[in-house]
Amino acid sequence: MREIVVLSGKGGTGKTSIVGSLAALAKDKVLADCDVDAADLHLLLKPSLKEKTEFWSGQTAVIDEEKCTRCGLCQELCRFDAIKDYTVDPVACEGCGFCFHICPVDAIAMEENLSGHWFIADTKYGPLVHARLGIAQENSGKLVAQVRQKARQIAQERNLDYILSDGPLGIGCPVISSLSGANAALLVTEPTLSGIHDLERVLGVCRHFGVTAEVCINKYDLNEENTRRIEGYCADQGISVAARIPFDNAVTEAMVRGKPVVEYASGRVSQEIEKLWDGISGIRS
Amino acid sequence: MIIAVASGKGGTGKTLVATSLALSLKDSRKVRLLDCDVEEPNAHIFLRPVITGKEAVCIQVPKVDEKKCTYCGKCAEVCAYNALAVLPDRVLVFPELCHGCGACSYLCPEEAISEQGRETGVVEWGNADGIEFVQGRLTVGEAMAPPVIRRVKEQADGNGVVIIDIPPGTSCPVVEAVKDSDFCLLVTEPTPFGLNDLVLAVETIRQLGIPCGVVLNRAGVGDNKVEEYCRKENIPIMLTIPLDTEIARLYSKGITLAEGMPQWRESFGQLFDSIKETVDERNRSLKR
Repeated sequence: MREIVVLSGKGGTGKTSIVGSLAALAKDKVLADCDVDAADLHLLLKPSLKEKTEFWSGQTAVIDEEKCTRCGLCQELCRFDAIKDYTVDPVACEGCGFCFHICPVDAIAMEENLSGHWFIADTKYGPLVHARLGIAQENSGKLVAQVRQKARQIAQERNLDYILSDGPLGIGCPVISSLSGANAALLVTEPTLSGIHDLERVLGVCRHFGVTAEVCINKYDLNEENTRRIEGYCADQGISVAARIPFDNAVTEAMVRGKPVVEYASGRVSQEIEKLWDGISGIRS
Repeated sequence: MIIAVASGKGGTGKTLVATSLALSLKDSRKVRLLDCDVEEPNAHIFLRPVITGKEAVCIQVPKVDEKKCTYCGKCAEVCAYNALAVLPDRVLVFPELCHGCGACSYLCPEEAISEQGRETGVVEWGNADGIEFVQGRLTVGEAMAPPVIRRVKEQADGNGVVIIDIPPGTSCPVVEAVKDSDFCLLVTEPTPFGLNDLVLAVETIRQLGIPCGVVLNRAGVGDNKVEEYCRKENIPIMLTIPLDTEIARLYSKGITLAEGMPQWRESFGQLFDSIKETVDERNRSLKR
């Protein structure tokens, strides 16, 4: 079994559109949408829900007004400025429990958070595990870990060859959670200065966690000079460029119709994504 | 006035809007731009600031004095993040799990725990052609963006206009960056992904009680469902930027609309005027 995570650092590089197409091309795989914060893959894969599970994670402090003597110790000690006027701001509270432990009159309780939901669904391309973090909730990394664990379990039970996962944006907690222990990362970038800057950072995270990476340059013809810069950078870093995909409105048209682009158009974009899958399906860990 | 520029979906042009707005206002007002997208800060690419100062962002992690420690286990018991484990003759500290709440050192009965700073990022500041510039950068390999964001946000005071570039998404880094803003601009594109993520972003911003408006970028691509949604939800579309290869080409080179196509400055000026009107009206009604 091989787990391939698709990341981009920067948003809008076409990561999810490419994952949707790889989902249509790859055989014997489970799909994992690790972008639990603003998941979009389901819009292309049209899943039918099989299982929905609550995700409880972390705690929030609650002050019992009747017991509280307004001594102010909790406000003074909270390092997250989460307590004002003897009331906890649930958004600012990090659930550390410091206030709960130090309250001299036991007026503070810690309550479990319903942080989101995760789902198992069927798609015409195979099983999909995805999730929805609750609005303004923390612990996205733990929810990503839950999605991956479930995907791995399905892959084992059904003896599947691949776990293909659509990763989160950025380089922080959910990205680290989606990446650590995966076999390979595909980094989707675009030939813009922002794209290059963000690629360098997300590649740094892959290196930090010892995950082999390959790069895909999407919309490469928007700025061919920048594309050459990315190729030069990758050559210096010893990273291979697995594909160069041209800009084509067909990608957005396919999205509007809720289809992976390889099933919507047969032009160069689709041909390049097919080559991309042939290339990366063999990435060694 | 603090204006947050956010987007549910990434890559919709949030940084382009934030920097173009800052450049369009800088000749008539005091403008400060805070880049709170600390995982992937890009505003510096467009503003090319001269950085004049830098400070490390540190989380206070525990340091156990084994001479005083009696291995009673209190620290591990109170740590909500499993950052401490107490063995019969040793205490293990996992600094990367620590949120720096301080409970362990305060509650240790032997006063055996002190704290030391662990660097997880930096805050940098400087000047970009008259714009006061502040950005945070999370160190590669670090997980927690909010402490870095909090430090950048400390600079969101004073007079004038503060424009904040918010990270994409809807989770804790977004909330940390957006809260206490007077207005939130949500940049999106007219595609199914753009709409799906806009709906999530609106829910988040509404939960925080901050008024919002939409900037529709790459208009002409996709469909008209974002406009339908905004009409239904009574969210104003305050600026429309067309799908234009020239804009995309400028963007790829790190050039803003205000610089590369100066005719846009007026549109951004008008955008600011309508934001100001909304904020002033809201402040008046809150006072009443």
